[in-house]
Amino acid sequence: MQELLGVSGLNKVYAGSGRRVEAVRDLTFTVEAGELVCLVGPSGCGKTTLLKCMGGLLTPTAGEVRLAGRKVTGPPPGMAFVFQEYGRSLFPWMRVADNVELPLKHKDLTRARRRELVADALESVGLPDAAGAYPWQLSGGMQQRVAIARALAYEPEVLLMDEPFAAVDAQTRADLEDLVRRLWRERGITILFVTHDIDEAVYLGERVIVLSASPTVVREQLKVDLPEERDQVHTRVAPRFAELRTHVYEQIQAAKRGAGQDAVVTESSTPPLH
Amino acid sequence: MRLQNTLLGTAGLAAFLLLGEAVPRLGVVKEEYFPPTSRIARALADELSDGAFWTALGDTLTGWALGLAVATCAGIVTGVLLSVVPYLREATASTIEFLRPIPSVALIPLAVLLYGSELRSVLILVVYAGFWQVLVQTLYGVQDVDPVADETARSYGLGTWARIRHVLWPSALPYVFTGVRLAATVALILAITGELVIGAPGLGARIGVAQNSQAVPEMYALIVVTGLLGLLVNVGARTVERRALAWHQSVRGEVAV
Amino acid sequence: MKRIARRLVLVLALPALLFAGWWLASANSTDVFWPPLRTILKTFPDVWTAERLRDDVLPSLWRLTAGYALAAVAGVALGTVIGSYRRVRAVCEPVLEFLRAIPPPVLIPVIMLFAGIGDTMKVTVIASGCVWPILLNTVEGVRAVDPVMLETARTYGISGPSRLRHLVLRSASPQIFAGLRQALSIGIILMVISEMFAASNGIGFTVVQFQRSFAVPDMWTGIIVLGLLGCLLSVVFQLVERRVLAWYHGLRAAARRSP
Repeated sequence: MQELLGVSGLNKVYAGSGRRVEAVRDLTFTVEAGELVCLVGPSGCGKTTLLKCMGGLLTPTAGEVRLAGRKVTGPPPGMAFVFQEYGRSLFPWMRVADNVELPLKHKDLTRARRRELVADALESVGLPDAAGAYPWQLSGGMQQRVAIARALAYEPEVLLMDEPFAAVDAQTRADLEDLVRRLWRERGITILFVTHDIDEAVYLGERVIVLSASPTVVREQLKVDLPEERDQVHTRVAPRFAELRTHVYEQIQAAKRGAGQDAVVTESSTPPLH
Repeated sequence: MRLQNTLLGTAGLAAFLLLGEAVPRLGVVKEEYFPPTSRIARALADELSDGAFWTALGDTLTGWALGLAVATCAGIVTGVLLSVVPYLREATASTIEFLRPIPSVALIPLAVLLYGSELRSVLILVVYAGFWQVLVQTLYGVQDVDPVADETARSYGLGTWARIRHVLWPSALPYVFTGVRLAATVALILAITGELVIGAPGLGARIGVAQNSQAVPEMYALIVVTGLLGLLVNVGARTVERRALAWHQSVRGEVAV
Repeated sequence: MKRIARRLVLVLALPALLFAGWWLASANSTDVFWPPLRTILKTFPDVWTAERLRDDVLPSLWRLTAGYALAAVAGVALGTVIGSYRRVRAVCEPVLEFLRAIPPPVLIPVIMLFAGIGDTMKVTVIASGCVWPILLNTVEGVRAVDPVMLETARTYGISGPSRLRHLVLRSASPQIFAGLRQALSIGIILMVISEMFAASNGIGFTVVQFQRSFAVPDMWTGIIVLGLLGCLLSVVFQLVERRVLAWYHGLRAAARRSP
């Protein structure tokens, strides 16, 4: 497997009116092509800062982000973003299909091809009939599906998702998690999924990267050795799932106490069995 | 940030004044039509030392204040009355929608016929224009009263008057203030316009006189005064609104009508 | 059916009552200034003939349209620039606050110096009065574009004219329309006043002519025409606004249902 997305020595300091806030201290990790990686860390640990640096929305103070070997300096064309605030990320004055189609307009595609991509993406997220609706006519979960469809239609090399399901109810959330797993398996896209929910990270990810509290460093990288076929009922009660989530939970608790400075960076492919 | 904004704003103002000086001096436009800033400033100083100017300013402010007071009282009383009496609100909606867009200046000929170039002519315009602003905001305000609060008041057996005083009025007050603020601005515009067109004594009439006697710098100076007056009314009304409503959890923006 | 009938009664009752009241109260009026409504209505078709509509109403409407359109284009364009850059905004703010506070009609004498008394003067007067509410509301609207939407546009490479057209102007459109609405009433006022100052045709000119020649019933018809024009334009504006901002009203209603 080859590296698709690489972060090395990333550091971000916010300097404003005499105050310096170091949000991200020193981050290094890679995501391979076709991987589904979850980033998890205590709340307020600079996850969003990291993601914005990766998406080219923020310029890092030091270090670099590479996408397919090229250094990221602005939003790269091969990257799509799904934001937590679905209500504010979809344009309320456009119908669903237009929202999905808009990013494709500067992509040098024929009209027919664009239509095809839009229809296919909406079909994939289970909203083939919502094309003519306005986003605000849909429920929160459906709106986030539209945002995911928009990202899919864009045909990105890598999909960045910033706590996308933090604002929807538990039932919808489970459905959306399964949707992400299914899309990943069907389409083979590379996904980096940021969350503060440990269960979600373990359930979704093939690999989980645990971050420390701010200023952020990588605390641990963990391979999730659950079967590829997962479902809400069986996976979540599997003994291995419980072990993994307990392990991540302890790491995060330690991260909160340690406040990052004295964090030990361990590289264990599998956590020890308890 | 704030300091920087103030500095930038001052720089902008200075640039504006300098431009006003440079453009006529360089001959881009004729000096007779557009006197340089310094010439306008001199004319302004002359005005300020002229007793007649102060009388005109007084006249304008009198017309404005009287008109605003009448418009405010009439607007509030009508607004509350329409909301409290059953069916009245619905019955008057179409009439209000019809009368409100009638431009107040359409009344100028009538006012001139009835009262000539007197203060009363100006007052008709000012009151007409200001009244709708206060009325519409008051109606919105009363509509916005929390139904639970009103139900509570009813269930405790409060009478109509007590309900108006303790539930309706405090809830509607922020809207009423917004209406008065909007009316204050409109009233000043109409007061000066009325004087300019009808010739009733005041700053507007003085601008007319300056225009007819080709006293261009004086005309500009008076226009600057009306601008400053407008600014003062805007800022003053906003400050009063904020002070008076400090108790209210949200001093909200005006309703887009 | 019954509900519609009830609504119709509520909508029409008071206007009918007021009309009847005016009719009866003025029926035997001998006061020169308050002629009977019957006289006014009888005068109406004699005064507002097709010829008069062509020679007076159309020129007025043309001036209003030209000035209003000019103000809309200039206001939205300048407002977008000023609203997009924080520093530009800080530099311009005090000057704009001052210029906005000047009562628009006092600019008529100034504009007459430059533009004479022809149509150019009237169009300029209307434009110079209408531009401020449009400009300032556009600035506020452009400033308030949601940061998440701006980031979404950046990540999907939506930039330049596409960003302006699909994001910035659309997002600011509710505020822009609020400004356009304020500008419309200012525009009508300035149309009338500029014609009262110096003109050889137009509604404002005609009404003042009637007043000066003491043709009181004719003057009353002029006031009625101005009132009707104000209402008509307001209705047209509302129709356009409801169409263009359909998404905004829907969004607000949706937000009210689930806060």
